[in-house]
Amino acid sequence: MTIAEKILARASGRKRVSPGEIVEASIDVAMTHDIEGPMVVEGLRELGTKKVWDPNKIVVVFDHQVPANSIDAALNHIMLREFVAEQKIPDFYDLFEGICHVVLPEKGFALPGRLIAGTDSHTTTYGAFGCFATGIGSTDMVAVFARGELWFRVPESVRTTIEGRLPKRVMSKDLIMKIIGEVGVDGETYRSVEFVGPGMRNISMAGRMTMCNMGVEMGAKAAIVPPDGLTTRYLRSRARGPYKPVYADRDAAYVEERSFDVKKLEPQVACPHSVDNVGAVSEVEGVEIDQAFLGSCTNGRFEDLVEAAKIVNGRQISKRVRMLVVPASREIYLKGLERGLLAIFARAGALVEAPSCAACMGGHIGILGPGEVCISSSNRNFRGRMGSPKAKIYLASPTTVAASALKGKITDPRDL
Amino acid sequence: MARVWVFGDNVDTDQIIAGRYLVKLDPRELAKHVMEAADPKFASKVRKGDVIIAGRNFGCGSSRERAPLALKTAGISAIVAESFARIFYRNAVNRGLLVLTCAGVRRGFKTGAKVRVDMPGSKVHNLSTGRTFKVEPLPDFILTILRAGGLLPYLKRSVGKAGR
Repeated sequence: MTIAEKILARASGRKRVSPGEIVEASIDVAMTHDIEGPMVVEGLRELGTKKVWDPNKIVVVFDHQVPANSIDAALNHIMLREFVAEQKIPDFYDLFEGICHVVLPEKGFALPGRLIAGTDSHTTTYGAFGCFATGIGSTDMVAVFARGELWFRVPESVRTTIEGRLPKRVMSKDLIMKIIGEVGVDGETYRSVEFVGPGMRNISMAGRMTMCNMGVEMGAKAAIVPPDGLTTRYLRSRARGPYKPVYADRDAAYVEERSFDVKKLEPQVACPHSVDNVGAVSEVEGVEIDQAFLGSCTNGRFEDLVEAAKIVNGRQISKRVRMLVVPASREIYLKGLERGLLAIFARAGALVEAPSCAACMGGHIGILGPGEVCISSSNRNFRGRMGSPKAKIYLASPTTVAASALKGKITDPRDL
Repeated sequence: MARVWVFGDNVDTDQIIAGRYLVKLDPRELAKHVMEAADPKFASKVRKGDVIIAGRNFGCGSSRERAPLALKTAGISAIVAESFARIFYRNAVNRGLLVLTCAGVRRGFKTGAKVRVDMPGSKVHNLSTGRTFKVEPLPDFILTILRAGGLLPYLKRSVGKAGR
């Protein structure tokens, strides 16, 4: 069996499962946030559920509209805080902690072998730790909060082998965009993608999270990296409870095998308005930008700030550009503060904001007007994603975002 | 009679309902802005019972359940697409919104055409051209959820039966 099959078999109490089968599986961790959470609470009321199945398996994070930017957002926060108190949910991270997909790994909830469901499509991020993690809607989460179980169709698995080491200033974001560009936005729909091979061993946990995060941008139900020494090291001081790594069998069946050598990979850019509209940065160099966003659950990690700061350090951001730097969690924010990274960005003229999803989802800060162009380290460039449907979003790595912010136009980070 | 709205491939959840409206919980508020980025006139012109015909990967992107909720509240009775993104598909079923997969359907319809969805027969008829399309049959348990009106009504019924 593949990793996905083994985890779903264990969670559904079966010896074996095969792709296509429908199983009823027990959820190990259920996560919701301030956008879908209020709908989950409404659903539980409608269902008449007085008590959730297990408050210790639920994690609630406020990240999308923090601090509240409207009365409606404040009302949603009030509603969820009351729910958390009434249900005695211990793992509640109010609006100061950061983005769910960064907070759950930091707090040790993303563990090898686990089955995790979250009311956010980028829940696939946790697969970087060798777990099966997938996004669901609020009604499915009502069922999970009420019963602790959810039906799954066992996905087919794909094995994507990575070879080589990323060149300087080229990041795992470039790799995952390259992959999405080749397979397409629905290329892995309903599938579980395993990222394996010698190249993966050279990619940090932060880089693996970026890749699994964007697994959903090619339709994947889960994106999984088999645990190794880096995983163990990250989890040593963080893991909440014991865990048992799960690996694919030698005779595991994959519907497709792909391989990518990153040795000569160039920085990539996903052009408007589709995540698979990907090309090398040289193809779009010189496109003028109005906003540069460094942050999000895709690329707001400490390592991302470090790589971007190396480029920005001692320079000034172009006068025509507003740059938003939003560390993805309080832990990252503090580390960035203590190591002087935030000062580098602020001195260069960037706006350094408190942890949140910020500009990524177009519902908080950094909203774009008609005709404006943004280069963003986030995960989606859909029409209207960051505000006006007439704005344009280019997705890129933190180094490309930083280089472009300095020049006021899309720039190859290797040139600086 | 149901009318058709045709959309292309990869209609994402930001086009269906943009992030700035996700703060709203009232489905009628959401319905006012449904499909805004794809067709700004859609919300004011859509009528109860209308059907969306679309290409591949309908509903890709976010897990926001307000996407199928907004479409259903606006009056959409069914979406027939060449394929669906998985989270949207589940969310639509859970909200009792009929979602049908049908190869080649997009080219078989023009916006404004008259349509009849024949569910037990797994067929979609273009009444304006006389063509009929065979849709992929739905698994029994999905049909059961849809017939109950969505996952919550279904669960209420089954929990009631189990006496919990």
